Amino acid sequence: MGTVTLTIDNQKKRVPEGATILEAARQVGIKIPTLCYLEGFSPLGACRICLVEVKGARALQPACATRVSDGMEVITSSPRVRKARRTTLELILSDHPYECPTCIRNLNCELQDLAEAFGIRAVRFEGERFPRPLDDSGPALVREMEKCILCRRCVQVCEHLQSVKAIAPQERGFETVIAPPFGVDLVDVDCVFCGQCTLVCPTGALHERDSTAEVWAALADPRKHVVVQTAPATRVSVGEGLGMEPGSDVTGQLVTALRRLGFDRVFDTTFGADLTIVEEAHELIQRIQEGGRLPMITSCSPGWVKFIEHNYPHLLDHLSTCKSPQQMLGALVKTYYARKAGLDPADIYVVSIMPCTAKKFEAVRDEMRDSGYQDVDAVLTTRELCRMLKEAAIDFSNLPEEDYDAPLGIGTGAAALFGASGGVMEAALRTAYEVITGKTLEPLEFTPVRGLKGIKEAALDVDGLELKVAVAHTLGNARKLLDLVDAGQADYHFIEVMACPGGCIGGGGQPIPSNDAIRARRVAAMYTVDERMTLRKSHENPALKQLYAEFLGKPLGHRSHELLHTHYTRRSRY
Amino acid sequence: MELSSCSCRAMGQAAVDEDMLKVADEVVAKYRDKPGPLIQVLHEIQVRLGYLPREVLVRVAEGLGVPLSDVSGAVTFYGLFSLKPKGRHTISVCMGTACYVRGSDRIIERLEKDLKVKVGDTTQDGKFSLQVVRCVGACGLAPVVTVDNDVYARVKPEGIPAILNRYDGEAERTQDGRARAVHS
Repeated sequence: MGTVTLTIDNQKKRVPEGATILEAARQVGIKIPTLCYLEGFSPLGACRICLVEVKGARALQPACATRVSDGMEVITSSPRVRKARRTTLELILSDHPYECPTCIRNLNCELQDLAEAFGIRAVRFEGERFPRPLDDSGPALVREMEKCILCRRCVQVCEHLQSVKAIAPQERGFETVIAPPFGVDLVDVDCVFCGQCTLVCPTGALHERDSTAEVWAALADPRKHVVVQTAPATRVSVGEGLGMEPGSDVTGQLVTALRRLGFDRVFDTTFGADLTIVEEAHELIQRIQEGGRLPMITSCSPGWVKFIEHNYPHLLDHLSTCKSPQQMLGALVKTYYARKAGLDPADIYVVSIMPCTAKKFEAVRDEMRDSGYQDVDAVLTTRELCRMLKEAAIDFSNLPEEDYDAPLGIGTGAAALFGASGGVMEAALRTAYEVITGKTLEPLEFTPVRGLKGIKEAALDVDGLELKVAVAHTLGNARKLLDLVDAGQADYHFIEVMACPGGCIGGGGQPIPSNDAIRARRVAAMYTVDERMTLRKSHENPALKQLYAEFLGKPLGHRSHELLHTHYTRRSRY
Repeated sequence: MELSSCSCRAMGQAAVDEDMLKVADEVVAKYRDKPGPLIQVLHEIQVRLGYLPREVLVRVAEGLGVPLSDVSGAVTFYGLFSLKPKGRHTISVCMGTACYVRGSDRIIERLEKDLKVKVGDTTQDGKFSLQVVRCVGACGLAPVVTVDNDVYARVKPEGIPAILNRYDGEAERTQDGRARAVHS
């Protein structure tokens, strides 16, 4: 592409043709404030915060939606520009609750940041406020629409990233509200609770349902034996949520911090992940050898599971019957571990630390009570755990590193990969290859399924069988693959789907902001965790071998089916 | 929300008969291959059914492959569309500037009280729908109320019962009746 000459704030610069003023300004190191702008999505020009002066244009132009042209002269900060931005900001604030200190996004809010940057000390405008109902109907997400500034970022990700569009602008003008159809609650529509909207919301309008109070109460209850498990992706994001660099691996500190919060046992979801891999690899082999439904599709991402239930209920038999690692571990804690530790499962309270908002929904599904109790009692997102650690005043970065508790705290490098898109596939292939051929997969790193490309395809020679696999992350990409499967045009054996961009490291419960650059650093950290492990194949997990010997018998055995496998619910889209 | 219980029923909607769904299917089939057909489809269905029931809108969303949130967004954006059945008579109170300064807000109050409905709603017996309009272009007659095609000029709140009484006998005038009379 060619370049054009742009004069911006009196500096002559060559910038790419077709760039917007905002993109050009960022390239030459000039910052223009934005609010509705969302990298990677087409600009809406809705908020009018990025207005700039363009010589020759009568009105101020939105930098996010105006393309540069040769010879264009732009002023990004003049009295006229600042006055317009300030007035816009004050008008937005005039219909926004002033609840900053008690808001879930206090000190991590783009509207608050702008108000601070502009030095707004009073809002000149006082007018009608539009009362919008609170929607806390669901187990996972809360909509506080009084805090909504109508930037429409949530609608963008729900539509273009996830191809769901459970929410859209309803009504008109002052009465506009971003909501499900007919203003019903989120639980009554096809929302999958992925929480991507909560990552892009600039204010506290969309957020996770906070479960910290329940967990504090369980920790304070002397009759409860409180067990915690940590998802693979959280070990590379809790540090980030507490101010460390994105991609900081804080596994050891995380274990120590959880003990200091008062958890009686600190287990690791990676154990559940290893178990998932062993069960799922055997299920894949069985389906291939016995002519079962192919391609088999992974089932560990609860947003993805709800998506296929709503959108492709006729394809549910493609889903692996394996429960997710969270749910496998939960079921084992209240059976295997309870028996080993001599505890009454009624007294055990299982908390999981997840990068995910949909896990909150998964935990309360009717199917997830195979131990005789709700297998996982409470799910905390990475963000919620960070809030608890702050409240407990734990000096996280200076903590010593400790190890997880045995036996359900032992996991392999393969299990750690679950946090990144392609990781379940890679881990499953390491095990399936060895089960079928009796040989170790060389090299262990199966790189064609790594990376942030939307849909990844690969083939692997397994003793003469060409095993074809595909990996998709985001539900928009999953829909593309599913349409191929539906049309009979996909000859894959195995498909991995993760609902969130980059996999679990980009989950809806992760620290805010969460963008491509940050996700890439979290992914890199996940692969480093794997490389540093001596045990890198799920079936070599010694605690897992012991579990099979003492309790489960064999993969896909009777007890496995009872506790570790599940079925799905056919749902309509509307 | 399982397949057997569609969410609109869960939302407590009155049952919509098969004929209404058939109308939706016909209109969708007619416009399906045209670009951006949603508004046209909604308009034609409303003309044929008088309103846009939710179950019909679900059918439209599925038929056109448009998310239901977008369908609902369009229906609630445009004042033309109605999610509720209209009454046999439509009372429109002008809230244009001239009518407003001459007291149309008090007329609305009285109508809401006498009819026991809010603006935008329809009476329990399905007789009257009450709505607000912006300037009917008869400012010299302010405040103006229209009932179907009848225009009432310089209306006072105490004159409301007399106006409503004119519609006691059914079918004397229908919504698409051509007759126009000015009563003052």
